[in-house]
Amino acid sequence: MINRFIQNAGWPRIIIALFLLGLFIAAPFVGVRVDTSLSNTLVRFGMNGVMVLAMIPMVQAGCGLNFGLPLGIIAGLLGATLSIEWNVEILARLIELGAQYKISWLNEAFITTWREPIGFASAIIIAIPIAVILGWLYGKLLNRVKGDEMMIATYVGFSSVSFMCIAWLLLPYKNPTMVWGYAGRGLRTTISVEGYWLHVLSDALSVNINGHLYIPTGMLIFFAVMAIIVWIFMRTKTGTAITAVGSNPEFARASGVNVDKMRTISVIMSTVLGAIGIIVYEQSFGFIQLYMGPFYMALPAVASILLGGASVNKATILNVIVGTFLFQGILTMTPSVINSYLQTDMSEVIRLIVSNGMILYALTRKVRAGR
Amino acid sequence: MIRKLIDLIAGNAVPAIFIIISAFAIPLSGFSASYLVQELLTRIGRNSFLILSLLIPIMAGMGLNFGMVLGAMAGQIGLLFIYDWGVVGIPGMVLACLIGTPIAIVLGVFCGAVLNRAKGREMVTSYILGFFINGVYQLVVLYLMGWVIPITNPTLLLSRGYGVRNAVSLVGIRGVLDNLIPAVISGTTQTGQFLSTQGSGAFLMFQLPFFDGTIRIPLATLLLIALFCIFIVWFRKTKLGQDMRAIGQSQSVSDSSGIPVNRTRIIAIVISTVLACYGQIIYLQNMGTLNTYNSHEQAGMFSIAALLIGGASVSRASIANVFVGVILFHLMFIVAPMAGKNLIGEAQIGEYFRVFVSYGIIAIALVLHAWKRNREREASRRSLRGNRGGR
Amino acid sequence: MSDSNSMPLLELQHIGKEFYGNRVLTDISFDVMPGEIIGLVGENGAGKSTLLNILFGMPVISSTGGYEGDIHISGKPVHFTSPNQALAQGIGMVHQEFSLIPGFTATENILLNREVLNGSLMSYVFSDRVSTLDRDAMLRRASDALNTLGVNISPSMTVNEMPVGYKQFIEIAREIDRKNTRLLFLDEPTAVLTEQEAEILLIALKKLAKQGIAIVFISHRLSEVKTLCSRIIVLRDGRLITDSPAEELTTRQIASLMVGRESERRIEEAELPNEAIEANETTATVTLAKPLKKKKKPKPALKVEHLWVDMPGETVRDVSFEVKKGEIFGIGGLAGHGKLGIPNGIMGLYPSGGKVRLFGKRLALNKPRAALGRKMAFVSEDRRGVGLLLDEPLDWNITFTAMQTQGRFLLGIPFIFQVRNEYAMRKETEKYIEALSIKCTGPSQKAGELSGGNQQKLCLAKAFVLRPNILLICEPTRGIDIGAKTLVLDTLKKYNKDNGTTIIITSSELEELRSVCDRVAIVDKGEIAGVLPASSPAEEFGMLMMGEKPRIELSKSE
Repeated sequence: MINRFIQNAGWPRIIIALFLLGLFIAAPFVGVRVDTSLSNTLVRFGMNGVMVLAMIPMVQAGCGLNFGLPLGIIAGLLGATLSIEWNVEILARLIELGAQYKISWLNEAFITTWREPIGFASAIIIAIPIAVILGWLYGKLLNRVKGDEMMIATYVGFSSVSFMCIAWLLLPYKNPTMVWGYAGRGLRTTISVEGYWLHVLSDALSVNINGHLYIPTGMLIFFAVMAIIVWIFMRTKTGTAITAVGSNPEFARASGVNVDKMRTISVIMSTVLGAIGIIVYEQSFGFIQLYMGPFYMALPAVASILLGGASVNKATILNVIVGTFLFQGILTMTPSVINSYLQTDMSEVIRLIVSNGMILYALTRKVRAGR
Repeated sequence: MIRKLIDLIAGNAVPAIFIIISAFAIPLSGFSASYLVQELLTRIGRNSFLILSLLIPIMAGMGLNFGMVLGAMAGQIGLLFIYDWGVVGIPGMVLACLIGTPIAIVLGVFCGAVLNRAKGREMVTSYILGFFINGVYQLVVLYLMGWVIPITNPTLLLSRGYGVRNAVSLVGIRGVLDNLIPAVISGTTQTGQFLSTQGSGAFLMFQLPFFDGTIRIPLATLLLIALFCIFIVWFRKTKLGQDMRAIGQSQSVSDSSGIPVNRTRIIAIVISTVLACYGQIIYLQNMGTLNTYNSHEQAGMFSIAALLIGGASVSRASIANVFVGVILFHLMFIVAPMAGKNLIGEAQIGEYFRVFVSYGIIAIALVLHAWKRNREREASRRSLRGNRGGR
Repeated sequence: MSDSNSMPLLELQHIGKEFYGNRVLTDISFDVMPGEIIGLVGENGAGKSTLLNILFGMPVISSTGGYEGDIHISGKPVHFTSPNQALAQGIGMVHQEFSLIPGFTATENILLNREVLNGSLMSYVFSDRVSTLDRDAMLRRASDALNTLGVNISPSMTVNEMPVGYKQFIEIAREIDRKNTRLLFLDEPTAVLTEQEAEILLIALKKLAKQGIAIVFISHRLSEVKTLCSRIIVLRDGRLITDSPAEELTTRQIASLMVGRESERRIEEAELPNEAIEANETTATVTLAKPLKKKKKPKPALKVEHLWVDMPGETVRDVSFEVKKGEIFGIGGLAGHGKLGIPNGIMGLYPSGGKVRLFGKRLALNKPRAALGRKMAFVSEDRRGVGLLLDEPLDWNITFTAMQTQGRFLLGIPFIFQVRNEYAMRKETEKYIEALSIKCTGPSQKAGELSGGNQQKLCLAKAFVLRPNILLICEPTRGIDIGAKTLVLDTLKKYNKDNGTTIIITSSELEELRSVCDRVAIVDKGEIAGVLPASSPAEEFGMLMMGEKPRIELSKSE
């Protein structure tokens, strides 16, 4: 019974879960409040959850772990920056529309009250079509390099990030809160979303108990909604076909499924989720990180889902939830607990070893099972 | 026929594109010829050894060894120890190599064993393995050194008393190999001047007419690299080299003819890791500063990008690819920021451009390789079909 | 050659083998003398490959409980546990699939892992592997080996530039180069050769035999076996049927010995050339797909004209046939001749061309969706590779194809939003689990956890769920135990009877086809050699299968 459980969960996962448990138990003894730690974990869970969710479609379609997540992130960054750039115009246009079509509630007062959520929604709405186009191209590419998806995805991610570095410098953004003050052009490396859509999700319906336990209800609900959408999508006819393609492409082909099309759809899904994910992340974090910011963002997401029990070609929503919680838990707890104990910050090292060790474990394990 | 043409272009597209980019960027940058030659010579000396260490795993069909950073880390640990013990000069370098070698062997065996369990996805695995070992390296260097591992020299440590500082000056071995056999190329007019600054007598000097400026040649380093090239040529002719070529083409056939496949693959990775260790030591003696937590990270990426720019592919690489690559890659590296500045008035653009090119070129090379492999698979499938009599 | 001639090089004594209670070899005993050429023939599955696996100590044998009986080489008992041990004893093997390194030259391949090395100091310090290769000596040795074979191949040509036939010679040269090779097994060496190349090979083999090397020649080309070999051994169902000098057997007799007991009896009773002619006539008429004039023409369920299929290893060149509505039609033939290519091509799984009409209407080829849309169902021979989603539950496996092609087991509005109906999937699966008595824990068990026989039933269920008009089944009983075999075949018969579904079965097992089908087509070298009623004597099928068409033999005698 216990053996079976260990076999199912895998040693690394159990060790990490026990480690996290140990950290929570040890926390009070070194003067770290458990409720604060838990709040931090929850916040980080909400911030990263959607990006981890973005792994599911591609893994299920057999395209492997989406190391190309930065591509989706770029779409999200474009959506985020453009929503700020056009914020005034968008709001004005909405009031205009309200007047034009005589929609009584769409008036100035409404727009002013809901200014921030509208800004946030506009970021997502702008990001989605960009993500669809990028994802479509990316999917076409991955279809031609079957068998090498992961390595190519990694470098597609890297090169698109570095390409965008040039683009951020050259794109004609005007909004003074975003461009370098002295040059008057070129986006800054970090852009504050304060005044636009800072904490729109996090603070919505948030609960704050005794000043320490903070629950970002809105953000968690948003994650839940996204998770349910993915869950439903994977149960549709198309979602079922995608899963079958990942499980056995030959079977799917013999059943009349267009394998390449299903793979492309899954890549588009992943990219769109990545775009939404980064916007959620930014609204909570408070800043848009451009340039090399998204560079290594795929690794924590990949590690999270693997930590949650996914393999290179099977992943579920439960894997996402468990994995994100464990991974973010470790990231929040190690600095606070270990630092208090050792007076040093080991979180970076632990993050490196845990996340990459987890990926390594998954990469070597699959081959053994396949034999 | 057309297919052949496509293959030819696809095979050499990458170096060709770089030559074209350089042809535009060099005049834009406004650098003088002697400056460029000096820079290139320095960089050839600095980087070639690292890049050469990639050749053997490619020969064994294991793709680009992203795990070479493991060797680089081993080399850096060696350098940290000689700094601590105050061993300088050539003995210092040799000692660093001696300390690095066993570490590199252990890491290489580990890497090889892991890759044997991830056949068919060696590259992504070795890439992640690099990150993983980087975590372990940081654990050792940042926490264990000065705490568990005795470090006597306080200047090496962070103020808190343990953990190595971020930047370590390698003044003790800086340039010792490059300047071991001093040699210069100089224009006829400046010879005397150079003699006086250099001081001690025994060095080679080449004089070229119509040549402006002075170029120092890291002769000993270049000789070492030449020796390495001879080693590789020799290695290809050995039984072990032949076995690796066989494994690179077909593991199953090699296995059935009695070649120990897994063992040979581990040997290939170990050789590569050890050589990367030496490569990193040579690289750092030229740089003169060790960025404890960053130096190795870039080693893998830049070496691989350079090799690919030289026209190598994931499955085929020659010594010529190494040198063509190192020249083209670093030419672009040198001129891109200036060209960017002169073109758009923003040096940052050139900076980002070269990063983009490094990653982009690896992406393209990987795509071309996968593409070609799938095409070949299709072609071999077609050849199995025999002559069909359909009408 | 004087002493050793009297003692057998290889003696097999009462060799037997069981795989998981499935007996594949029974009491095989024979000797091989030095310099002798023995023809080893048998249908697919007669036990030849198992015998070779035992001889060469393949891991598959020891991992499944070893074998019975004894093997002696030059009088000494041996028990190999790896192919390398057999090689060390001078027993070589030329495989059906080439084991050559494509980018290497002929020389490098012939001397693979046996390279000539220059001695050096390094090799004392480390190992032989750091010695350099002596290319000149290698070239000489390779040329020698090729010359012994009598073929004109440049030793410095790379293998991937060679025509297929050459590769076979390289394989053989590799075995010859082994200094101690005394006994050579050749598994279907002429299958990929042109007639001319085959002739050169046969001459070369005779030459080798003269030098004292014994050869065991495994082939389906009976005429070659007859011209080359001095003795012929026939295996059938894991038993040794005949071991007699080649001149005592005709190809016709060999063929009948290979395929079945019943035909053996027939031959003993009377050699009836007339009957052969009659049978041949029916063959000819049906081959040409001409409707029989006497009967009223029934509308064919499936009409195939000049079909070609690019299925690797199972190329179909030019095939025409008709299948009547409600019929069970069998397609037989030896492995590699294209019988599997026909159904796979019709279903659009491999590139194909020609004309296929389904109930009179043209079927679009190369589109699995089109074939499925016309209510054809397919059970693949590659159960684990194509037939099943091993990592998914049973209900997925059974209902997936119907869901994707017929839009069943879904809830919601078509084309807009449809979610799978897990309840309906479960119900349907439970129905079939009961109907076919599939042994499992329930619809949510993973398909990969079932036994071979139950997986095959699962594949059938998957096809039945589609409610097909035509059912194409490949190798329905491959790799499953006897109990499951009968159940699968009975299920097919019953399904045909109850629903009037036209069924096309492709199988390597002739007896199985003859017991289930109404008519059986035999495929040879990518073409249909003939279509016979299942009740025709097995011998006729055997002759068609071996490529010894009665037509040709008769025309010769005329």
